[in-house]
Amino acid sequence: MSAAPASVLIVGAASAIAEAVARRFAADGARLFLVGRNPQRLEVIAADLRVRGAASVTVHALDANDFDAHEAMLAAAERALGGLDQVLIAHGTLPDQALCERDPQALQQALDSNGVSVVQLCNRIATRLQAQRRGTLAVISSVAGDRGRASNYVYGAAKAMVSAYTSGLRARLYADGVRVLTIKPGFVDTPMTQAFRKGPLWASAATVGTRIHRAMRRGEAVVYTPGFWFWIMLVIRTIPEFVFKRLGKL
Amino acid sequence: MCVRPRESAMNGQDLAWGRLPAPAARMQSLYDRDAALPAGEPSLLAWGMGRSYGDVSRNDGGLLLATRGLDRFIAFDAERGELHCEAGVLLQEILEFALPRGWFLPVTPGTALATVGGAIANDVHGKNHHRAGSFGLHVLELDLLRSDRGRQRCSADENAGLFGATIGGLGLTGLIVSARLQLRRVAGPWLRGDSRRFGDLAEFFALAQDANDRSEYAAAWIDCLASGARLGRGVLLRADHADDREPAPAPRRASVPLTPPFALINRWSLAAFNAAYYRRPAAQQTAARWSWRAFLYPLDGIGRWNRIYGPRGFYQYQCVLPPQTAQDALGEQLRAIAGSGQGSFLSVLKLFGAQRSPGWLSFPRPGATLALDFPNRGDDTLRLLDRLDAITLAAGGAVYPAKDARMSARMFRHSFPRWQDFAAQIDPQFSSSFWRRVQDA
Repeated sequence: MSAAPASVLIVGAASAIAEAVARRFAADGARLFLVGRNPQRLEVIAADLRVRGAASVTVHALDANDFDAHEAMLAAAERALGGLDQVLIAHGTLPDQALCERDPQALQQALDSNGVSVVQLCNRIATRLQAQRRGTLAVISSVAGDRGRASNYVYGAAKAMVSAYTSGLRARLYADGVRVLTIKPGFVDTPMTQAFRKGPLWASAATVGTRIHRAMRRGEAVVYTPGFWFWIMLVIRTIPEFVFKRLGKL
Repeated sequence: MCVRPRESAMNGQDLAWGRLPAPAARMQSLYDRDAALPAGEPSLLAWGMGRSYGDVSRNDGGLLLATRGLDRFIAFDAERGELHCEAGVLLQEILEFALPRGWFLPVTPGTALATVGGAIANDVHGKNHHRAGSFGLHVLELDLLRSDRGRQRCSADENAGLFGATIGGLGLTGLIVSARLQLRRVAGPWLRGDSRRFGDLAEFFALAQDANDRSEYAAAWIDCLASGARLGRGVLLRADHADDREPAPAPRRASVPLTPPFALINRWSLAAFNAAYYRRPAAQQTAARWSWRAFLYPLDGIGRWNRIYGPRGFYQYQCVLPPQTAQDALGEQLRAIAGSGQGSFLSVLKLFGAQRSPGWLSFPRPGATLALDFPNRGDDTLRLLDRLDAITLAAGGAVYPAKDARMSARMFRHSFPRWQDFAAQIDPQFSSSFWRRVQDA
């Protein structure tokens, strides 16, 4: 890190992965701006990050689906941080696929929370980073966005939107010196399941957070985390559709 | 995708470090220290890292509350070394945070992979008990979530009764949500000391007393299979925090990848290991230097080492014997163990100091403490452990619940004379397999 502490904006800061990333930035002495729905939860996380070494932590309440509130949030972040070096968009929900199939409102909510709100935020952030001609925008997409599977294609479709959007944005901003990072986590384990006898595909939020932190500082482009998910998804993407459609609830 | 299961099933053998066969458990994870306790459950018990050995961390038929998600720091006073944190924080996380800031835990057990809540609930001790006492002595205050009274702040001055019952209270007085801990100053990550062989128990007592007088940390490994003139032979290790400030090397990590179909610990492998351990050159060194991990947590570098005991798991036994009776009783116990051919590759002997814990059910007390593990061979092992209990009981000693899976109600009550005062402080919604077991008189 350079001598001046990095300015870090995190949207969806109460998620386990975002909190793990924030802890790494805090240990670097960064200045953090945490955004989430529940300010009480954010304050608990903020206190932890201050103890861990963050130069400053500010919290801001926002429902990401309230698109009209995005601009004010970003202005507040810039005021508090004095600029944006690193941005992480980490909010999202795991929708109930079966409910989305029956209920148009649930479907809309799932697409908004995991897709449209992310893209709307990125759009505004891109303008700012492009103007300052530097900075990193990291967005948590998912391996689920690599191919629509019967068991969770609504979530997958929203994440596919995020992956495609960030891919295009990365190319648009590259010449301006702005880095756009698409993060595709696999199964992320929470602290509780650490001692569980679990499948080898699971990774802890701390492991994934450390990887994301490194990728953000290096300005990487696409990160599967843990890395073996690249190979798993390569295989899944390669399965011909006439086979894939017969696999049912994969 | 991030998955936060609200409730899940957990393999019974993974609930405790002894890996004894046990029924699967229902578990709910906690992430929010301000949340209420789950309602409508038959009974509740906090579960941290499953590093106690027997059934104090089990609650068969009830719900376990997994506390690892409560892993936030709340405040740190860098001048006074006071750390306020949630109860699911690991001791290792505290050390990694505190060491670069010149602070260290004043008391730590043989693993740093235990939670703060677990360290309080078992009132753990370490190789420096003769200086620092047990973990509970360094708890300035704690927040307890009760099903009947809500949130209770407890310290020596506030809710002192509940505080005394909660330190070493096996998680039964409510959910420990957070604690404020007093850390101690250190210069850096290194310890300096020496190791010396002793030929028998009499020599151990002389050496150990001297080591306690002069060093911060002191503990002995003993060859629990030696008999006759060699009975009680071993190696005493002692050390103090050093002034060296250079950074310690990154930890090496290995893991036992699977449980072998039978115990790798048997009469022959044990005898060979113990003899080699005693004779190795490192058993006699005058000026040794260890990193904190190497000296305090040699086994933390080997993930899941408990699997070497095979699919049936193992029993750990730890007792403390009062000074007047310790030497004779220890001799009797070691003869019983050597005669049985059962025993462990790491048997630890130490002299506790006189520091008194605020905990009513605290285990450490003046005298000699012996800790060893035994592969689970069913009735043979249980008979040996009953024999060790009988010797402990006759000597006026006590058995450590955190290590236990089988002591009788009678043994428990003799070990902890304040058990009735304690029972009155138990949260009506909380229980454990251990507690129900030692109620069956």
